[in-house]
Amino acid sequence: MSAAVTAPASGAPAASRGILLILLLPGLVALIITFLLPLLWLLRASFASSAVGALSGGDWTLEAYTTVLFDPFYWRVAWNTLVVGFNVAIFAVILSYPIALFLVRTQSRFRGVLTALAVAPLLTSSVVRTYGWMVILGDRGVINSTLQSLSLTDGVIRLTNNSFGATVALIEILMPYAILAMLSGFGRLNVQLEEAAAMLGASRLKVFTRIVLPLSLPGVLTAALLVFVLAISAFVTPRLMGGGRVFVLGTEVFNEATVTLNWPLAAALSVMLLVLFSSIILLYQRALRALEV
Amino acid sequence: MQNNSLIGRVAWNTLITLLYLFLLAPIVIVFIISFDTRQYLAFPPESLSFGSYVKVFENVKFISAFWRSLAIGVIVGVVSVSAGMLLSLSLVRYKFRGKAAVNFLILAPFLVPHIVLAVGIMLVIAPIGLLDSYPGIVLAHLGITIPYTVRTITMSLMAVDTRVEEAALVHGASPAMVFWRITLPLVRPGLIAGAVIAFLISFDEATISLFIVSVKASTLPTEIYHYLEYSTDPQIAALSVILILISIGVVVAVERLVGLRRAI
Repeated sequence: MSAAVTAPASGAPAASRGILLILLLPGLVALIITFLLPLLWLLRASFASSAVGALSGGDWTLEAYTTVLFDPFYWRVAWNTLVVGFNVAIFAVILSYPIALFLVRTQSRFRGVLTALAVAPLLTSSVVRTYGWMVILGDRGVINSTLQSLSLTDGVIRLTNNSFGATVALIEILMPYAILAMLSGFGRLNVQLEEAAAMLGASRLKVFTRIVLPLSLPGVLTAALLVFVLAISAFVTPRLMGGGRVFVLGTEVFNEATVTLNWPLAAALSVMLLVLFSSIILLYQRALRALEV
Repeated sequence: MQNNSLIGRVAWNTLITLLYLFLLAPIVIVFIISFDTRQYLAFPPESLSFGSYVKVFENVKFISAFWRSLAIGVIVGVVSVSAGMLLSLSLVRYKFRGKAAVNFLILAPFLVPHIVLAVGIMLVIAPIGLLDSYPGIVLAHLGITIPYTVRTITMSLMAVDTRVEEAALVHGASPAMVFWRITLPLVRPGLIAGAVIAFLISFDEATISLFIVSVKASTLPTEIYHYLEYSTDPQIAALSVILILISIGVVVAVERLVGLRRAI
């Protein structure tokens, strides 16, 4: 999800093999051990019948996949994951859009500070920010205490330990990504175009729907995709905000991997998440190309 | 929005302010709660004190996890930048077969969710006994940080005027000397930015860490996670504020030293 590392091809000398090998080796070994090998192992483990089998060669079986496919529980998990992902993506984009638009066109001398403030939450661990939402939405948290002290409610309104809390927290936690994606995708926005349209008699609504919105659509789409893929693979926030009552792919992968220790199942769920993840990115690239033509 | 009527302008500014409030709400609330005197989570605070901060410093688990996180972050930063520097050099300065594959391998970790990578790394390092160990967690963090360090260093390296290096070579400097005295100082902003990003990713990372470490090599985010499963008292708020201040401190220090915007 970033610009490709490109190098100027011209003028680069043909390397002596020795030097090149020394340059490439440490990084490549690290990436192979921490990225390539884990993915291959994951694929292999998802076809094993037990954790031991996964690691020592062992047998090949579709057991883990059939478990997932024929257990309605996992269908519900997949459905929950998609619902949370869609809700988070839609609301994060709607809430981030005005901020990004504001930051792109503001003449304020505090623009730098305001931009930093909008993405600063990225500098804090998602565990910390999830804790912030537990404080706000919890049974004795900010919202419930306030409502009770104003005598608006008698009992507690349950805002955590359910998917509502997980969704709200994820929206806020992923908004800085959406803002960043939009800021870099709003390059084609042009105030002069809008002024010209206004001068020619277009209403403000028309200027927005006919000029601003279409020009910002690629940035919006990128933001939505980024937030969606991050939301469907999230696990810390849904687990803590859901209090163990929200079942999404992330929480189930963690559960199978570290609690029930069913590694083939954890691997199979991960592979499915990865397939979902990559196909969405591929679809997105198609969509973006269609949009730009 | 220049020709807006006054009402429109006010409404727009109000909307932006509210959205900012939403975005910063958890951090602000955590800050307020961290000064609460009570032992349990409640709002608003009855009276203010530094009691929660004192508790954090008396909590052996948190303090030892903090030092571990710090050490792991520094090691990840240094190793990630070293490997990233070498990879960037080969990509920017050399033509070779398989370059596209190397490029892909460096970018691919961006396309894989952390939780998927976490399961894979767990499966790889479990049989060699590296679960819950320092080498295990450092390795796990290298995979997700190297792509970032390569990116920042490559950008710095591409901005270097190779004629400067050539001039030094022509005047008799050895290639090693050119590297140490010319290339390295010129890409220093990229190196520092890469190290800071790698450190912060490692220091704040929870998802992968939770799969890899449990007791011996637990990091601060994993300790906080496990604590939050049972309790949400203000101690965590105080600890969160300390963590946020550290992150801000690192970024501001780097900004002062090299200018982060120039570095990235």
